[in-house]
Amino acid sequence: MVLKCNLITGRTIDQGRAYEGSKLSDEMTRAGAIVELDPDDMAELHIMTGSVVSIKTDFGEVIVRAIKSPNAPHKGVAFIPMGIWANQVINEDTTGIGTPSFKGISCNIEPAPGKKVLSPQEIAESFKS
Amino acid sequence: MGEIKEYTDCVCPFCGSLCDDIVLKVDENNEIVEVENACTIGTRKFFSSNELDDRVQAPMIRKNGKLVETDIETAINEAAKILINADYPLLYGFSSTEAGAQAVGIELAEEVGAILDNTASVCHGPTILAEQDVGASGATLGEIKARADVIMYVGSNPANAHPRHLSRYSTFIRGYFREKGIMERKLIVIDPRYTDTAKLATDFVQVQQGKDFELLSAMRAVLKGAEIPEEVAGVKKEKIIELVNIMKNAQFGVLFFGMGLTQTIGKHRNIDSAVLLVKDLNSFSKWIILPMRGHWNVCGANVVFTWQTGYPYSINFARGYPRYNPGEFSANDILIRKETDAALIISSDPISNFPKVSSEWLGKIPLIVIDPHKTPTTLIGDVVFPAAMAGIEAEGTGYRMDAVPIRMKKVKQPPNENILTDKEILEKILKKVKELRK
Ligand code: SF4
Repeated sequence: MVLKCNLITGRTIDQGRAYEGSKLSDEMTRAGAIVELDPDDMAELHIMTGSVVSIKTDFGEVIVRAIKSPNAPHKGVAFIPMGIWANQVINEDTTGIGTPSFKGISCNIEPAPGKKVLSPQEIAESFKS
Repeated sequence: MGEIKEYTDCVCPFCGSLCDDIVLKVDENNEIVEVENACTIGTRKFFSSNELDDRVQAPMIRKNGKLVETDIETAINEAAKILINADYPLLYGFSSTEAGAQAVGIELAEEVGAILDNTASVCHGPTILAEQDVGASGATLGEIKARADVIMYVGSNPANAHPRHLSRYSTFIRGYFREKGIMERKLIVIDPRYTDTAKLATDFVQVQQGKDFELLSAMRAVLKGAEIPEEVAGVKKEKIIELVNIMKNAQFGVLFFGMGLTQTIGKHRNIDSAVLLVKDLNSFSKWIILPMRGHWNVCGANVVFTWQTGYPYSINFARGYPRYNPGEFSANDILIRKETDAALIISSDPISNFPKVSSEWLGKIPLIVIDPHKTPTTLIGDVVFPAAMAGIEAEGTGYRMDAVPIRMKKVKQPPNENILTDKEILEKILKKVKELRK
């Protein structure tokens, strides 16, 4: 089952706390490597809070955990906290003004049981090869 | 028990609210033991200065693919050489450091003919472009606290990103002309999600994601007496009319906006239409508009860059004088086009915050990083400097989101003598560059 969604990124208070000094910690992964989904969308995907999902866009793929959105209803809209995971899939197009397009990216979400959620270290170090 | 010193009127160096009523207690081991008045994120930031495992403790350089500790002089020398040898270096960050360090950064950029950019280019850069296009009517947060009776947050979720904004400046606080606080104010939130801020609102309008421009334009149309369709951007006509009536009848209205407008399709054009809506509203009432600046001193980066170079961000010094062109000289553009051949990152973490392609290029070029904490960017740096935390371990000036400058206190020493302030590190690199060039 694949769900087509509109992906947006933004701040959350947990992500903000983890950003302050603990950017390489498990706390950061718990706060950042998630996607908030509308409960109806989760039902369609047959997943629960904590299920591992893959998010694919034209710009990349990332593995994160789904959680039931505390800000629902927003059917068809998927939210990832800003950070290293979100940035694996956002649209880099700066539309001629220097600012990448962090919101409004069409994506495909599907359950990915057994796949690994990467740590910030693993993602960062993949850039230094 | 040893002596505990109390510092009052400290300023929180996290978000653009720059709360200046923080009380800190520091013990004789140079640790912050108590934080009063700050929100959960601010409190965390103050305490993070104690957590030495998360801090960069000594200058480091990359040898045989691994970061190894070194002395400050070697690291300065290495950084200066990288900048001198580069044809098109990038100096980026600056939003979480104080104004003095920002000023030295500009001098260094001029000296090495660099691209100079700050984090506005990924957040409120579009706001600056819109303000250059159509202007903006602003006010200080103090004015808002004293007078505002209709408060709007559009594409902004301060309950999560600026937690004390509503209670200290805009909504819940009692003001000179708003003695009953929230009882005398209306809170309107426009957002595609029912955010924590929306849950507090008197009126919540759920706009379809990416349709902000349409909604703002429809509101302007209603204000001018024009007909609009039955539904715009997922919002019913009656709701839009009701909203515009509230806005028209405000005594003093304020429209705060965030990344929901600047990073959504349309970007600066969304801000254009928000500014013009506020302009139109001023025919009926008093309205102002204010961007919700994220980093505590990103506003300062724009202010300091502007009074020193003439431009707020995305500046190119390659010809020896400053040129300005967001979209051409912005950090992400020169990284995505693989044009820059070295970078110095200060008080910022682009590996966490830039699109993947930009990070990939940062991983391939010589990278100098100045940061108090270990971050994904320090992990892949080639020369890494530990820095004192500005506003906690170093004093300086920060500019609040309304461009009011506030002096930040130093309340404790950095963890060890290897750790200099951002300004000292930049000054040393600048001096070394000049020396090596002679
Ligand atoms: S609202 Fe912002 S400035 Fe104020 S305490 Fe919280 S993080 Fe710090």
